[in-house]
Amino acid sequence: MRLNKPVAYIATALMAIGCAIPAWAQLKIEVTNGVADPVPIAIVPFAKPPADNSLDVAQVVEHDLQGSGRFRALARTQMPASPTQPNAVVMTDWKNAGEDYIVVGRIVPLDGGNLAVDFDLLNVLTGQRVAGQRFVGTPSALRNAAHRVSDVVYEKILGIRGAFATRIAYVSVEGQPPAQKFQLIVADADGENQRLVLESRYPLMSPSWSPDGQWLSYVSFENKRSAIYVQLVRSGERRQVSARAGINGAPVWSPDGKKLALTLGGSSGNPDIYVLELQTQNLARLTEDPSIDTEPCWSPDGKFIYFTSDRAGGPQIYRIGVNPGDRPKRITFTGNYNARPRLSADGNLLAMVTLDSGNYRVAVQDLSNGNVRVLSKGHLDESPSFAPNGSTIMFSEREGNRGILATVSVDGLIGLRLKSEQGEVREPAWGPFAQ
Amino acid sequence: MRKILMVLMLATALVSAGGCASKKPKPGASQSTEVGANNGADSSGAGADAANAGNVGSDEDVAGPTGGLLAKRVIYFDFDSSDIKGEGNDVVAAHAKYLASHTSTRVRLEGNTDDRGSREYNIGLGERRAQSVRRALMLQGATEAQVTTVSYGAERPAVVGNDEAAWSKNRRVEIVYLGPGGQAAPVQPQR
Repeated sequence: MRLNKPVAYIATALMAIGCAIPAWAQLKIEVTNGVADPVPIAIVPFAKPPADNSLDVAQVVEHDLQGSGRFRALARTQMPASPTQPNAVVMTDWKNAGEDYIVVGRIVPLDGGNLAVDFDLLNVLTGQRVAGQRFVGTPSALRNAAHRVSDVVYEKILGIRGAFATRIAYVSVEGQPPAQKFQLIVADADGENQRLVLESRYPLMSPSWSPDGQWLSYVSFENKRSAIYVQLVRSGERRQVSARAGINGAPVWSPDGKKLALTLGGSSGNPDIYVLELQTQNLARLTEDPSIDTEPCWSPDGKFIYFTSDRAGGPQIYRIGVNPGDRPKRITFTGNYNARPRLSADGNLLAMVTLDSGNYRVAVQDLSNGNVRVLSKGHLDESPSFAPNGSTIMFSEREGNRGILATVSVDGLIGLRLKSEQGEVREPAWGPFAQ
Repeated sequence: MRKILMVLMLATALVSAGGCASKKPKPGASQSTEVGANNGADSSGAGADAANAGNVGSDEDVAGPTGGLLAKRVIYFDFDSSDIKGEGNDVVAAHAKYLASHTSTRVRLEGNTDDRGSREYNIGLGERRAQSVRRALMLQGATEAQVTTVSYGAERPAVVGNDEAAWSKNRRVEIVYLGPGGQAAPVQPQR
């Protein structure tokens, strides 16, 4: 994604870019339900250089795998030994402890201050080495290396690409108007390693990742009216891309990274879907209807946009081709409230907010046959966002009067909660795989 | 592959190292976002279309008129409705009359919803309420140039709560009086 038009970039004073957030704001994962037969695995503490008190890599891996709901990690106190090399593993000991797999590893200092993380994944039942890899980086990149170890283990055992080394963006809110504080935050997918992107006294909404994971688009009301910005996460440079009369809302990046689909309301207040080409600023109108048309999302091939419209009374989801002149086709027919569509990376599943016997819940519709499955169990669940591997949906739900983040697997079997100690968190947007 | 990963990790490290150096705001810089001057700083001007330009710049909130119904600034709505009801009609009529006789006075109508349902759809519903009040004001003598709208959807609740008592106070349009339009923005004190 490039924005090479000579525009004035600004990094305003209201941002504290890339700074760690105090520990009280950390999100903690709690497994709310998991599969009946999780894979038993032992992740043995990695060997470390003497006097090294850096990150506990094995603990991060254990946290990732256990938190996925598909693994059951052996407690360290139950481990029969502490091998760090594959040839030091006595398979029968681990088999007797009930394990199917074992992970051993080493953190090795390299010349120039970098660290190597070496690990081996062994099948205890067959005695075979399933995977082994080395990740190299600076000491501060250890957490990312640990997530990459988790990705390899997850993929080798389950056959699904792991999404632990990905990032999420979300909105955090504290206080009541007029003393509200809104924060746009980026974190690792497990909620750790949080970085503040933007802070404002007025609402921040609708974060969306560029497909290369470098930029966020979002809506900010910092000037007491809505405007859409794109911001480079790494540096905080940002650019206002729409501050037209009325609603500027719901921006989402096109799969090629060159355009935003968005909602514009105009001075007469009729929200419709538009596509804005970022480099040229060319604007194309896709819908023209007196109803509310909003919440666009792209099909992965970039040919269609799914959106919410109440043109038939209540909100339902429609699809329209991006070439001008196409007519919207209604996609959802179950129930009288379906909104905020998001598509899985393979384009087969549509996630949405649905009104399910008085409760707003996350549901998925199989686009091949129209079957709908309600996945969440709260009463005000919202803002579903697919993991890039399509296996999991993150969304926000209510706990008392505040919002927290949660995930559910698309088969509905595994539920997790990312609990924040205080404040309200919402509108999670799951970023792409690292490139 | 390993090389790519290493570059990525280095990049991550640089971000975490470099980012925190900029933690402190510049001396004198405001953490507040309530800076009209920001419009000028975002000089890309992208998308600030002509129709909007006339309404930008002097959106300084002021106390506005007081006395009787003019002191009332909030219009409430039923669930899933943008129809002005009961006393709301009298409040709107009073403000319309005031605006009709004070043609340089401007207001911003802030539309709000309760927090049920999806957020951007609620932005649409809040805008619909603000437009309903805007039309009523204009039918009773206010001009287009005097009235702007913004929808905060469910983002700025008046009351926090999960019951109808809270929701009914959040389904509202707030009338906010603005500093004089069509002139230079009020001088900001220099610090």
